[in-house]
Amino acid sequence: MTNKISLNMITQRAIEEGQAMEKGKTTPQYFEACSVCEMNPEDMKKLGIWRNTNVRVTSEAGSVVVKAIEPTQFVPPGLAHIRQGVWANQVVPPRTQSTGTPQYSGFPVTIEPAMNEKIKSALELVQGSVGMWKGGN
Amino acid sequence: MPKLITQVGCPYCGSSCDDLEVLVSDDGKKILETHNACVIGNEIFHHVSSPSRPKKPRMRQPDGTMKEISYDEAVDFTAKTLLKSKKPLIYGFGSTNCEGMSAVARVAEKAGAVLDNCASICHGPSFLAIFDNGYPSCTLGEVKNRADVVVFWGCNPMHAHPRHTSRYSIFPRGFFTTKGQMQRTIICVDPRETDTAKLADMHLMIKQGHDYDLFDAFRTVLRGHPIPEEVAGIKREKIEEAAEAMKKARFCMIFFGMGCCHTDGRNHNIDIAISTTRDLNTYTKASIMAMRGHYNIAGPGQVWSWQFGFPYCLDLSKGTHAHMNPGETSSIDLAMRDEVDCFVNVGTDAGAHFPIAAIKHLKKHPFITVDPNICMASEISDLHIPVRVVGVEEPGVVYRMDNVPIQFKKVIDGPEGVPSDEELFDMVYKRMCELTQTEPFWILAKGHAQASTPTEH
Ligand code: SF4
Repeated sequence: MTNKISLNMITQRAIEEGQAMEKGKTTPQYFEACSVCEMNPEDMKKLGIWRNTNVRVTSEAGSVVVKAIEPTQFVPPGLAHIRQGVWANQVVPPRTQSTGTPQYSGFPVTIEPAMNEKIKSALELVQGSVGMWKGGN
Repeated sequence: MPKLITQVGCPYCGSSCDDLEVLVSDDGKKILETHNACVIGNEIFHHVSSPSRPKKPRMRQPDGTMKEISYDEAVDFTAKTLLKSKKPLIYGFGSTNCEGMSAVARVAEKAGAVLDNCASICHGPSFLAIFDNGYPSCTLGEVKNRADVVVFWGCNPMHAHPRHTSRYSIFPRGFFTTKGQMQRTIICVDPRETDTAKLADMHLMIKQGHDYDLFDAFRTVLRGHPIPEEVAGIKREKIEEAAEAMKKARFCMIFFGMGCCHTDGRNHNIDIAISTTRDLNTYTKASIMAMRGHYNIAGPGQVWSWQFGFPYCLDLSKGTHAHMNPGETSSIDLAMRDEVDCFVNVGTDAGAHFPIAAIKHLKKHPFITVDPNICMASEISDLHIPVRVVGVEEPGVVYRMDNVPIQFKKVIDGPEGVPSDEELFDMVYKRMCELTQTEPFWILAKGHAQASTPTEH
């Protein structure tokens, strides 16, 4: 049985992301820092997963596989956080409420377990989205 | 003997620390140590000498690979592409100096481009609110010396501006705040218990996206009216307690960040934050400040307002006058409506930081990246032009988040033959003038201004 839950997603900065970004977006540090979704253990339970399980996050704008982790900064049940960066932006809705600024925070997502799915690299996600990825799957 | 350079600026976050010390090798080519920087600042200075850094422009070939070309060829390609496009979009400037921003603006004017900066996807809503409602702000020096109640609303400096709290807002001892942290009451409003919230005396764990409601409750309480038992997930007593602390402050400082701008309400959240600040001034001194993200992202707002009258989302395609209307002339909206036919990414990484849907649209047309490093944007670009790193290899003026200009230093020489943003865009401008057989009068004016500036003694 696959469980699916709906959460409210925010995507914001983290110091891990800032530091890794300066090392380079193709480094393992950046991958580690940004390809994660922080969620409350209660929500993981509802989803029937343990921490450090891959999950698929889907919004109105797209879908991405990331690793579900316990929050490094407390997140209440119902809220999820993917750190700002390449993985987050696969699901951030581009709608701007006529201000120019996308809905980076506060958009609905569904999350489902994706134990057997691979987390793609930053380059694969970005190049793949514009038909330039040559690295295979 | 290695040389210790002091009062060095850090080209990363909006704290724009200018107290770094950098130990440089004898020949002035290598950075040996950095002092005073946070982990991110440290990383920047050490990453500069990474062998993987490109030192020549790279042009995408038909088979998808990149081939090194000369700077002359890169300048020629950029100039021709911009001239050919009906409505190019030039975007970025999170990481360059004001000199570069000014040079780019002349290219944008010549190209009839839309000129936009990272504020567009960041504090753009704050600009809108500030236009409507004013900006009762101050400098970070005043915060350090006066503020005894500091509110962090939808911002997390412990992660985004690591030394902000130690230099300006929580820990430092100032003229009237001689006891430092002991003397300051910290209030944090955030849906998560962030590392900043952990430092706070009061954490209001707001229901995400309900910032407007909570500001409204604060205003109501400040004016002495009753509020419901709970607003935005916060109990009435807690709101009253926080409002009382703010009212009793000798100087109350409100910092706000992406928690307000990136969610429902956008500019309206900032609008009411400013009104709350105004209300507070009935009782005490209160001030408000946007936690600008990058060390010089306040720069384009200053430079372009001076050049064209608007800080961001500048449509120069009409040729006769500048026009600004976020929602219409903003990068993401233009991209989503497929309204631009060329994209130049300067000193930022739209590839990583735009919603991917916008990138898919932009990539239908010529795509050029100007940035010192390999990034997501460079890796999908038709052309990547590396430049010197401002604050490390290139000096220049930057505006800190409180709009205080600071002269940043250069600590080492850049890679040989690699130009600064300013030099590169001046070359592009000149080439565009050659191609259109027009007078490069901005370059002439610049030469004139430099010649008439008295030399330092
Ligand atoms: S706080 Fe910001 S400006 Fe200061 S050293 Fe860290 S990254 Fe650089």
